[in-house]
Amino acid sequence: MSEQQHIKLPEGSIEKQTSTLNLGPTHPATHGVFQNILEMDGERIVSATPTVGYIHRAFEKIAERRPYYQITPLTDRLNYCSAPINNIGWHLTVEKLLGIQTPKRVDYLRVIIMELARITDHLICNSVIGVDSGAFTGFLYVMQYRELVYEIYEEICGSRLTTNIGRVGGFERNFTPVAFQKIEKFLAEYPAVLKEFENLFTRNRIFMERTQGVGGISAERAMNYGFTGPNLRATGVDYDVRVANPYSSYQDFEFSIPVGSTGDTYDRFLVRNAEMWQSLGIIRQAMDKIKQLPEHEYHADVPAYYLPDKDDVYTKMEALIYHFKIVMGETDILPGELYNPVEGANGELGFYLISDGGRSPYRLHFRRPCFIYYQAYPEMVKGAMLSDAIICMSSLNLIAGELDA
Amino acid sequence: MSLTNEHIKNRLVEKFGEALTNFEESHGMLSFHAPKELNLKVMQFLYDEEDLQFRFLSDLTAVHYPDQKGAELAVVYHLHAFVPNVRLRFKVFTDIQAPQVFTASQLFSTANWMERETYDFFGVDFVGHPNLIRILNVDEMDYFPMRKEFPLEDQSRVDKDDEMFGRGGSVGI
Repeated sequence: MSEQQHIKLPEGSIEKQTSTLNLGPTHPATHGVFQNILEMDGERIVSATPTVGYIHRAFEKIAERRPYYQITPLTDRLNYCSAPINNIGWHLTVEKLLGIQTPKRVDYLRVIIMELARITDHLICNSVIGVDSGAFTGFLYVMQYRELVYEIYEEICGSRLTTNIGRVGGFERNFTPVAFQKIEKFLAEYPAVLKEFENLFTRNRIFMERTQGVGGISAERAMNYGFTGPNLRATGVDYDVRVANPYSSYQDFEFSIPVGSTGDTYDRFLVRNAEMWQSLGIIRQAMDKIKQLPEHEYHADVPAYYLPDKDDVYTKMEALIYHFKIVMGETDILPGELYNPVEGANGELGFYLISDGGRSPYRLHFRRPCFIYYQAYPEMVKGAMLSDAIICMSSLNLIAGELDA
Repeated sequence: MSLTNEHIKNRLVEKFGEALTNFEESHGMLSFHAPKELNLKVMQFLYDEEDLQFRFLSDLTAVHYPDQKGAELAVVYHLHAFVPNVRLRFKVFTDIQAPQVFTASQLFSTANWMERETYDFFGVDFVGHPNLIRILNVDEMDYFPMRKEFPLEDQSRVDKDDEMFGRGGSVGI
């Protein structure tokens, strides 16, 4: 054998090179506008550099000029897959600052809406994991049941995606009998669908092999990275704001916090599925509790902050004054400073509000869960295959609107 | 044993003495001010002590107070101790001319992007940050938009008189 058997490649030749791949900003698999610059060695990812901010809309700045009730539509556009949670989270923040006590019935109605929103959000996220691993059927199948929830929103507040639901102090109008019928219909039909959805995926050999051990993170790293919501719970930490700091009377409900163990894509999927079952249970309990409460209560008695009935505005002096002051944003809010977290569908959604007593906040900061945990993405996909990186991303439940505020 | 705000305050005063000021409790949350040189020491102390265990950084942001000369920018930290389930907030103030504050990203990985966001909008220069570049705004931007000197609407415009409706004139910033 001669010594010239192997071709000797010079330094910096193709063997040593990695290639750069732009995943995004408009790649269909990112499900939103954000970019990932991947450094690839063949099919393996050497490093990832996420770039965000493509749809930044300066909400925090805009909020500094708006009266409180006009900030609600801004919160819609954070996590638009579960807008009602953001809306109600904002109302709860203002109510906490003002010390408003809402009637129990308002709390329970809010719980129903928030849990419906959680179901739709988890539904999208989980079915999209299916889409990204090649199973489109589940996504199309469950989408028609998200439609049922959107019809419920429509019945209550008139809009579907960016809901602007409720007001400071309660809801803008009472739930109609049709709304309750629609909720009952959803509660009756959805469990069978969720069961079938689980049958499609949970023990599916292909799905399990695609997701198990992909994009895992340890509980310690997840906490250090500020993970919250289902992504943290998939690592085994049972932290849920609904239990840790109950708001809107969550303490009255019986439910458990599902946790995973390995923090990989499959565990995140399982945790979300289990949470949907818990949410259904909470809605069922809330529907039962509401039946024992007076039917006409749908807002707190706070005339200075809650818009009066239109009939009263035309006939009563005080109602007209309040109406004018609220619409013009002339009701001053108490000075104060607070941080109010709620359990959003993808994590702890926090509102840090500083009021100097004026018509609009002095400073409002949104703690947006997916902005915070997305920075762990390079660590989670390092050494993984490209196709694993894509399902890892969809299982993190990244919503571009929330990421960029 | 549950962890009370009173206990946290006593432990902090014991350790740092007079350096920490403005202790108050609003809406159930303990808050205080710390000198900016001590921000990491305070966080490390809260992180390490067995009876405190504030090991989760919930939120990090900044606030601009243009009227406080020499301490215009406040960096606000929200910490959370999971096991006793207690939150606290502390602020460090810095001069807007020399906005250098030590980075928390070595202690909490999550502070990385939060500090980039804070730098992006307020221009707080986090000393020791591994990658302090803009995150949401374009890289070419040469100002910090969340500072109060950038109002959303030009208050000096004269073609629009809506003082009757609470805007313009002497009301607002």
